[in-house]
Amino acid sequence: MTLMTKILGAAATLALSATVSVAEPAVIYDLGGKFDKSFNESAFNGAQRWADETGGTFRDIELQSEAQREQAIRRFAEAGFNPVVTTGFAMSSALGTVAADFPDTTFVTIDGYVPDAPNVLIVSFAEHEGSYLVGMMAAMASESNTVSFIGGMDIPLIRRFACGYAQGAKAVSGDINVVSNMTGTTPTAWNDPVKGSELTRAQIAQGSDVVYAAAGGTGIGVLQTAADEGILSIGVDSNQNPMHPGKVLTSMLKRVDNAVYAVLSAGDDAKGGFQSLSLADGGVDFAMDENNASLVSAEMQTAVEAAKAQIIAGELSVHNYTDDDSCPALNF
Amino acid sequence: MDFMTIIQILDSTMRLATPLLLACLAGLFSERAGIFDIGLEGKMLAAAFVSAAVAAVSGSVWVGLLAGMGASIFLSLLHGLASITFRGDQLISGVAINFLAAGLTVVIGQSWFQIGGRTPSLSGDGRFLPINWPFAEALSETPVIGGIYSELISGHTILVYVSLLIVPLSWYVLFRTRFGLRLRAVGENPAAVDTAGVSVIRLRYSAVIICGVLCGLAGAYLATGLAAGFVKEMTAGRGFIALAALIFAKWRPWHALYACLLFGFLEAIGNRFQSIEIIGISVPVQFMQALPYILTVVILAGFVGKAVPPRAGGQPYVKER
Repeated sequence: MTLMTKILGAAATLALSATVSVAEPAVIYDLGGKFDKSFNESAFNGAQRWADETGGTFRDIELQSEAQREQAIRRFAEAGFNPVVTTGFAMSSALGTVAADFPDTTFVTIDGYVPDAPNVLIVSFAEHEGSYLVGMMAAMASESNTVSFIGGMDIPLIRRFACGYAQGAKAVSGDINVVSNMTGTTPTAWNDPVKGSELTRAQIAQGSDVVYAAAGGTGIGVLQTAADEGILSIGVDSNQNPMHPGKVLTSMLKRVDNAVYAVLSAGDDAKGGFQSLSLADGGVDFAMDENNASLVSAEMQTAVEAAKAQIIAGELSVHNYTDDDSCPALNF
Repeated sequence: MDFMTIIQILDSTMRLATPLLLACLAGLFSERAGIFDIGLEGKMLAAAFVSAAVAAVSGSVWVGLLAGMGASIFLSLLHGLASITFRGDQLISGVAINFLAAGLTVVIGQSWFQIGGRTPSLSGDGRFLPINWPFAEALSETPVIGGIYSELISGHTILVYVSLLIVPLSWYVLFRTRFGLRLRAVGENPAAVDTAGVSVIRLRYSAVIICGVLCGLAGAYLATGLAAGFVKEMTAGRGFIALAALIFAKWRPWHALYACLLFGFLEAIGNRFQSIEIIGISVPVQFMQALPYILTVVILAGFVGKAVPPRAGGQPYVKER
């Protein structure tokens, strides 16, 4: 019954919005859902911040199935919403199809890639820079001089995380051992906490005492096992420190909220193109809160802040894996 | 590779083999009675979701386990209804169950918890915790025996030990009891069983219910023993690996144990040595991850010999009119 109400509600929202004449922005959340404590929730927070500050309103929809992707984007575009923001790389192909039909609407994809579409704004993040900082923290927190990384599906984006992390760890300790594992090569690798857990145990057996997970749902198993086995873990995308207070060293933040906020603020002036959000733009960062305050020493914080300032000032450059598909600090 | 590494790999093997073993035995009962079941994956998934959801709400993993088994039995009965009562195609019904479970778990999970189809993380009594056997700590320093006892034998969740006990139990039930004889007969020649005055329908339904119970255990072990909560599609193809193991084992309980241990072992090796160097040549990660599947093909194609399924498998029984 509740499900039915939801579907009807969503349909009604879309139908009602057809009468809106002023261009309002719209946000479409990927399957993870609006309150996923991660990526999508971050997008919602950005939109909400914009609404609170400007008094504007926005419409949003949570996708319930794969088949709704194109439908949802098309309905928002038809109803005159502008800009239409979508989250997640899985939106790419549906967005490409719809964007061609609505040249006057600006579409935004966060993490996606839509080639040859002048009205699509592609927002990407400098994950390697954020990962570099958490890699430094991992190396400083490690007592065994071995840290590890668990990626989800083996794609260039995830290798970018791993490569930045390894560079950061090696910047602190030149002889540190960085163990890197990928969960798999198919999309099931994003949702296999059991395998994530086993990989974590295998890495612990190889001496790792700090593990960084960039693996979606698989990461939940990684953080859980790390907490169970008494080693530190590093979360990803949003602040995952509260998941296991005192056990998660930090989280590599991807400030999707900032990106969404910026796009909504631009409103009708938002144009297609590329936008890469780096450390300097506040696009990536590391999380500090009361849950990890006791884990991060003053010395650690000073060193990381210094590196952050250097990266922002351009004095320190972190190699981006996707620039040339190779990593100086790690073999894949 | 030192001794401790071997122990750790075997320890991981035990954990990874358990869900496969339970699902494999589930398939064994069903297929021995002539009901092919490719819905093992879906039943495990439904059980994983329901057990994690109920354990999260009730705070008791045992209540979760029962609920998970209930969900799995429900899907089993659905399969039974379609393929025994209505004499539908067993493969199609199994596929339908897989799709149903994959979709429903996420939609219901999203509706209940609003965290993207996951369930909240389980803690304390909400999950099966490892059982440390007596003297495991004290003996852990003893060479060889200590490592084997404290790492390999001790420190698993109760479902691991249960699954190992189910193997001899299955063997006994199938090969030493009257019920087992009839169950096997109904998978080979249901007409003969019917002639002897035993209900084919009832036997087949009991087989799918047993299948549901075992799949329920497998799913609950995934979500509340190995992980601490449900994540969408977390079975990740284990139900299909279990089916391969079942064929590999030629529908025999002890061989099912060996087959599942082999698959678990291969996965554990793949996890432990993702980039391995053999005589100066580095083996790519992709190869190590594909190894279980490559070996499955090689073993099935070349080494098992002829695997003959129960003769009446896949055929609905029509009483002569």
